[in-house]
Amino acid sequence: MTQPTQTAHPATGAHDLAEEFLDRTTPLSRLRGVMHRYPAISPAVVLVIAIIVFGMLNERFLNPANLSLITQQVAVVGTLAIAQTLIILTAGIDLSVGAVMVLRLDGDRPVHGPERPLAHPGPARRTSRRSRGRGPQRVPRDAAAPPPFIVTLGTLNVFVALTLLYSNGATVRGGDMPDLLTWTGTTFSVGGVNFTMGVLLMLVLYIVIAFILSQTAWGRHVYAVGDDKEAARLAGISVSRVLMSVYLAAGAILAIGAWIQIGRSNAASPNAGTDLNLDSITAVVIGGTSLFGGRGTIWGTLLGALIVGVFRNGLSLAGLDVLWQTFAVGVLIVLAVSVDQWIRKVRK
Amino acid sequence: MRLYPGEVLAIIGDNGAGKSTLIKCLTGAEVADEGEITLDGKPVQFKRPQDAHAAGIETVYQTLAVSPALDVASNLFLGRELRRAGLLGSVFRMVDKKGMRKRARQELADLGISTLQDVTVAVENLSGGQRQAVAVARAAAFGSKVVVLDEPTAALGVRESNQVLQLVKNLRERGIPVILISHNMPHVFEVADRIHIQRLGKCAATITPQSHSMTDAVAIMTGARKA
Repeated sequence: MTQPTQTAHPATGAHDLAEEFLDRTTPLSRLRGVMHRYPAISPAVVLVIAIIVFGMLNERFLNPANLSLITQQVAVVGTLAIAQTLIILTAGIDLSVGAVMVLRLDGDRPVHGPERPLAHPGPARRTSRRSRGRGPQRVPRDAAAPPPFIVTLGTLNVFVALTLLYSNGATVRGGDMPDLLTWTGTTFSVGGVNFTMGVLLMLVLYIVIAFILSQTAWGRHVYAVGDDKEAARLAGISVSRVLMSVYLAAGAILAIGAWIQIGRSNAASPNAGTDLNLDSITAVVIGGTSLFGGRGTIWGTLLGALIVGVFRNGLSLAGLDVLWQTFAVGVLIVLAVSVDQWIRKVRK
Repeated sequence: MRLYPGEVLAIIGDNGAGKSTLIKCLTGAEVADEGEITLDGKPVQFKRPQDAHAAGIETVYQTLAVSPALDVASNLFLGRELRRAGLLGSVFRMVDKKGMRKRARQELADLGISTLQDVTVAVENLSGGQRQAVAVARAAAFGSKVVVLDEPTAALGVRESNQVLQLVKNLRERGIPVILISHNMPHVFEVADRIHIQRLGKCAATITPQSHSMTDAVAIMTGARKA
């Protein structure tokens, strides 16, 4: 992670005034200051290096068809990671995103789905799931409420169980669903690379959330609450309302993630979300968002999701066992958290 | 306890005398079990800090209540961001970053705070005195009725303390009454018009720097002497 030196230095010129306050005794501490100010730098460097290395290891990696595959693989994790970013920015963490998303998948089961005549058509069902699945019980009302992290640990198990009960462990094929649900799998071509509507939808979500986080008062409040909850309260921010809205927004984003997953696999399977928890948290953490809240950008998360996708794809093209992908993702998390800790030392 | 327009009222008292609790009730950080607060003769009730803000009461807490990762301008306007004019503000809810920076600079200049040149610096990169200045500037910018300062000089060096005391005097010149909580007797006697002495959760006496000496004040504070 020492490579950022080359990319980092040009950025310092424009911020001389701000740099005055940063520790500038050694090049290393200056680098730390820059990474502190622009947390997306290190994931961007890692991504570029990973693409170059995997491209050299296997010629097929940079093939348009493979790049298209990576974007599709990233679409689901990338979308869930948006929800996860919002939650982690408030210094929370959601262990149940995968499980909630899968519950959505099965909630999207059509009226003529096997053995379940009570189900409503897709979107309506999704809404009702959302309001039921992600209600006030996930949000701390006051200091006496359990920490959100523990609540999500509980809801993880609850939702996994509900999903299996509800679906009887069965997978619904895309052919049995209304077209709207598989629309996210529709492809279109840009310069020889095929993209799906799901990928486009993910990018649109990134743009919308990036805008909201950086341009609206609500976005600032999300950062302020994650940064220092008590300070935010005393400054006149309704902390519980911000947290509630963050978890509600996350729920809505997970529903879209479920939709993209259906389009990608052309099926709704109760086992689809098992790796997604780890991958979504990994994407956020690699993307430079601090697990302690209040620091990070949504674009870093996109880079993080791309890194996870590139590593998984590149390692499998290199002919390694699938377990090594999980190994690599685990190593990436540890590295990213260590870098985050190191960057945070810039605080005086 | 009474506070008149344009005066600096200091509150002193031993640890656990109830200074901070009194202030928290005044500023909406906590809700009082009993008693009444009147502002301009009208009874008011604060359930949240926002209620006190709306009434024109601003507080600089001992912890400063600033958000370290946000920049100076964002912190000044935290919780009451300015919106962009027109559709960008009303429909897209965009905040007016330029406007807030401009007003932040203006506000700092008005208060004579020269230690903060760049309002786009994150607060965590500032020194203790600079952070204090941010918190004081926020209170001064929005406090139309009362500004409360809880131990504003406790964490500061000599030069920085003097700057904060100067800020307090500037506020008084603007006609805004200030409540100052402090352990530092010389500071209190330097700026206060009247001194409220809190003892065992009650007001033991209200004195002025002219009528009593520092030793008298300490004696009343510790209960060695009746007021």
